[in-house]
Amino acid sequence: MSDKISHTMADDAPISTAKHPNMDAMLIGRTVTINRPREDLYAYWRDLRNLPNFMENVRAIRVIDDRLSRWTVAAPAGQTVEWDSIIVEDEPGRLIAWKSSQDADILNSGRIEFRDSPAGRGTEVTATILYDPPAGAAGKLVAKLFQKEPNIQARRELRRFKQLMETGEVSTAKPPHAAPRAE
Amino acid sequence: MRALTWHGKQDVRVDSVPDPEIVNPRDAIIKITSTAICGSDLHLYDGYIPTMKSGDILGHEFMGEVVEVGRGNEKLAKGDRVVVPFVIACGHCFFCEKQQFAACDNSNPAETADMSEILYGYPMTGAFGYSHLTGGYAGGQAEYVRVPYSDVGPIVIPDGLEDEKVLFLSDILPTGWMAAVNCDIEPGDTVAVWGCGPVGLFAIQSAFVLGASRVIAIDHYPRRLELAKQLGAEVVNYQEVRVHEALVEMTGGIGPDACIDAVGLESHGMSIDNVLDLAKAKVGLATDRPAALRQVIVACRKGGRVSIPGVYGGMADKFPIGALMEKGLTIKSGQTHVQKFMPQLLEMIGGGKLDTTFLISHRLPLEKAPEGYKMFKEQQNEVTKVVLKPH
Repeated sequence: MSDKISHTMADDAPISTAKHPNMDAMLIGRTVTINRPREDLYAYWRDLRNLPNFMENVRAIRVIDDRLSRWTVAAPAGQTVEWDSIIVEDEPGRLIAWKSSQDADILNSGRIEFRDSPAGRGTEVTATILYDPPAGAAGKLVAKLFQKEPNIQARRELRRFKQLMETGEVSTAKPPHAAPRAE
Repeated sequence: MRALTWHGKQDVRVDSVPDPEIVNPRDAIIKITSTAICGSDLHLYDGYIPTMKSGDILGHEFMGEVVEVGRGNEKLAKGDRVVVPFVIACGHCFFCEKQQFAACDNSNPAETADMSEILYGYPMTGAFGYSHLTGGYAGGQAEYVRVPYSDVGPIVIPDGLEDEKVLFLSDILPTGWMAAVNCDIEPGDTVAVWGCGPVGLFAIQSAFVLGASRVIAIDHYPRRLELAKQLGAEVVNYQEVRVHEALVEMTGGIGPDACIDAVGLESHGMSIDNVLDLAKAKVGLATDRPAALRQVIVACRKGGRVSIPGVYGGMADKFPIGALMEKGLTIKSGQTHVQKFMPQLLEMIGGGKLDTTFLISHRLPLEKAPEGYKMFKEQQNEVTKVVLKPH
């Protein structure tokens, strides 16, 4: 009886916070509240050319058509990797979902959702990203790039997105000009 | 330019470093005319705050003249004289809109915000010259400083108010003020203040302005107790008397209604708990030495208020959680929401209601800043506040 309860009792927390996720791929989930209307946030994100403004590893995104884009991403040792990404769901003001093309070195898919925050606090933005590590040796280096600390990567990108949307700029204290220091 | 930089425990030097530049639209560059050494700088000096890197420019109490503004800054103009808050706040996030500027969600860069998120559960705000936990921003003990989000923080000072009257708006005056505000003072209240350094002294002044009937100040340096007395406080020298018994007796057995810990993590004193804390800190087993805070919590009256402006950074041993819970104390704490309090405090200074110049004991050129640190550390009786003049 108790077994049954534990299996059927619904937990209100998102699956990305599970202690023992029951899946092979790597799931990242992260939510931030941004003090702007969701339509503005959606519009900025939907113009994919804006993404490198807050995604540090993304060097460039070439928009090929309404759904298809080509991503150039920094890899270790000064290398870059490229793949095509396809928008598979698009609900203006609410949601964008994408997945990499089948020939990508590292299969990835994700979605960004925009919901009105309760009590007028702006918009709750949730990013969910799924990485599927490659089976063979090919692309191992690239996989490493994503698997090292993918959570850290995702939360930094969301933080920068929030900074840019709320303040108009990305906070920085990079030496030497933003923050001089002695050698 | 020249700047005071940190190189290790009790090793600060004046070095030549690159000039700061405008990098974001809302930035400004300030030419520093006056900057002070803060008691909390001594925590950095003594190596108690993690995530310092050799070469970091220190200093978070400063003011000066605007010499350059970014294209997105419509508030400041070249030539403005400004005092700059030590906490950096964006002005637009949920926290800034609630005037909880010291909780700004955006000013700590994304890369450094991770550390405080791990330590404290959420990313903390950015601050000048105070380790990489708060963003790694260069401080103001320098000839020039870059001020991010400068259309939110800096307050323009009217002509006729000289630097030394307004410099402390950057940190210690609002910090002492917020410490007293956090006491929720009611008529008839007695407020006890541990630590008569600059923040403690300003908390005494502020408590009276906010309606306290009595203030009792606790320290052991004669000069500091004398200054507390001049501000109207009754004084207790903890090296001479049993503090708890004294407070009980002086308040008719009720106890102080509100207590302020203006000491923080490097508490002095030779109580057994403090000696143990010191020993642990020396061998790297602990960071904070909360001897004053323990006494504060035990001394506060039942149902009273505890205010903690003193800086803590890590964990504390033997925290009197029983006294806190059983007596039903309310604790308020935090880094100061400087931006919130600056305008009203500037008005009080202008109107002669608050004077902070009595505190300054030493004035030095920037080149002598390392001596200033040493003096402030070693001669806490005579050296109450050191102001540096970089130009």
